[in-house]
Amino acid sequence: MLSFTAKGRRAWTAGAALAALSACVVLLSLNTGSMSIPPSGVLRTLLGFGSPDENLVLFEYRLPRILVTALAGIGLGLSGAILQGLSRNALADPGILGLNAGAGFGLVVFISFFSAMKGPLSLLIPLFAFGGAVLSAGLILLLAYDRRLGLTPIRLILTGIAVAAGFSALALFLSLQLDEDTYAFAARWLAGNVWGRTPEHAAALLPWIAVFGPYALLQARALNAFSLGDEVAAGIGLPVNRQRILLLLTAVALSSASVAMAGGIGFLGLLAPQLARRLAGNRHEHLLPLAGLIGLAVLVAADTAGRTLFLPSSIPAGVVVAAVGAPYFLYLLTRTK
Amino acid sequence: MAASLLGLILSLFFAVSFGAKELTNASVWQAVTAYDPALPAHQIIRELRLPRVLGAALLGAAYAVAGALMQGVTRNPLADPGILGINSGAMLAVALSFAFFPNLPYAGMIALAFGGAVCSTLIIYLLASSVPGGLTPLRLTVAGSVVAALLGSLCEGIAIYYELSQDLAFWYAGGAAGVKWMHLKLLLPVILAALLFTVPLARSVSLLSLGEETASGLGIRTGRVRVLAMATAVLLAGASVSAVGPVGFVGLVVPHMARKLIGGDYRLILPLSALLGALLLVLADLAARTVNPPRELALGVMVAMIGVPFFLYLARQERSGL
Repeated sequence: MLSFTAKGRRAWTAGAALAALSACVVLLSLNTGSMSIPPSGVLRTLLGFGSPDENLVLFEYRLPRILVTALAGIGLGLSGAILQGLSRNALADPGILGLNAGAGFGLVVFISFFSAMKGPLSLLIPLFAFGGAVLSAGLILLLAYDRRLGLTPIRLILTGIAVAAGFSALALFLSLQLDEDTYAFAARWLAGNVWGRTPEHAAALLPWIAVFGPYALLQARALNAFSLGDEVAAGIGLPVNRQRILLLLTAVALSSASVAMAGGIGFLGLLAPQLARRLAGNRHEHLLPLAGLIGLAVLVAADTAGRTLFLPSSIPAGVVVAAVGAPYFLYLLTRTK
Repeated sequence: MAASLLGLILSLFFAVSFGAKELTNASVWQAVTAYDPALPAHQIIRELRLPRVLGAALLGAAYAVAGALMQGVTRNPLADPGILGINSGAMLAVALSFAFFPNLPYAGMIALAFGGAVCSTLIIYLLASSVPGGLTPLRLTVAGSVVAALLGSLCEGIAIYYELSQDLAFWYAGGAAGVKWMHLKLLLPVILAALLFTVPLARSVSLLSLGEETASGLGIRTGRVRVLAMATAVLLAGASVSAVGPVGFVGLVVPHMARKLIGGDYRLILPLSALLGALLLVLADLAARTVNPPRELALGVMVAMIGVPFFLYLARQERSGL
């Protein structure tokens, strides 16, 4: 439902501003790198009049990577917003809750079966990551659930931290069994290094975001009901348990597919919905699209910064995001009761 | 107590005997008692295995006692130098020293690691105590682990930017493989002194673990004891990180085992933790070397395999402070 209240107008303004910002970030990202291409050159190449070099750099390397980063940013932002709405917990984030580590474990399992990270097989990667993340989500719910207290926020996070440590250790253990390169890959992945760089990788991620993203947006009203508490939601006539499981699976699907292609990025799912809430309030029909846009802008910016500011080396996007996101998390922690 | 001491001595002997290269027990014995530098077997034992095994034992003891002190003083059953972010502070300092003072002598590195550990401890304490509602065990743990993630990320960034990943990977993986006599010469006095220093502290820590009021009612200067105990724990953790990198969960699991075996008196918990910690790390290192020779598994991974389930079990037990 489109609402033209004051809040609604603010959300639209913020959304338009963010969309413009995202476009700027993407354009900047297309220009920069080890081979700098001016905006006019980018435009020329996109219209099909580029030099062979420009074509190669943009279409084969830079554009797919930016696509992967942008999609993953949307996925993580949405996933964080859903998790925060469902758990009524401002500190929820797919990284902190241990879902990313589970997805990473699934990824390592995939490598040990197929050992190919390129070509058409890479379409399966998000599926394996999803499996690992579902496994870790199940484990966390099982361990954190208390019959008397239900799911308390802090305890959920604590269990998530431990499960994440366990899955990271398992992933490293498995990858060591394979070979040095796989181990190095797993270690880099855990640090949040965007490795998805081919058109196939972008294609593997796209359906996950294209299917689950709109579904999440359609469920905004259900999330609004959840944020009022389970009793109220049931009173409105929402099938609480079924809806919760569906939304949880949506969040897990969005985040695991995203991190499968973009590395274990933490704190983005925390940061994006929080900022969106500041901009547009608590209504999920405004909050969700804004969180997705913020996720896109932040991750593309972080990856571009990591790629270009530190030449000749490059810093993983996850490190850049954590340097900003972790202090913010701590600030929130000191504010929540 | 006697049994765990015996177990430690036996495991030390086994750990020296087993490895990628098969050796006989006799040659192990001779390498220690009648060293002959001309024999390769003796060289392997003297120069590679012996320092490594002794290092694992020493650091296991250090991590375990650091954990026991922290758990006693903060009355937080989930406290551990890894979880509370102390290790990551030391790590970051080590990474910085690699980046900016590559020729720093090892003693300087230990000092830096200690400084880093102190800084991160202070940050976490300030954060956790600025919360309305105070410093609950769970809150402290969450703050610590997020600070650990942040510092770990910065460390990663520095390592990549200054192209130290190769040198630091060894630290990340937390292996005892790189411990040399040179390290032991420095670590041994530092860690032993810190461990001995806990003996006069132990009684006060016991009373503190019963609660602030009880302790101060019995004439303990709680503030002073707390600072001294934490400083000792931070020193132990910092020194260990500078040698083998962050090994999580040793400091968490071992004191609980000791408490189960022996009760709540820290005069017994601390020495027993030292013995059990040494035993655990020597065995974990042995497993890391022998599961899949000649390749080595990361020591930290081995310990996490044991530590994580235990941590989850404890977190489930934790009913208070929510």
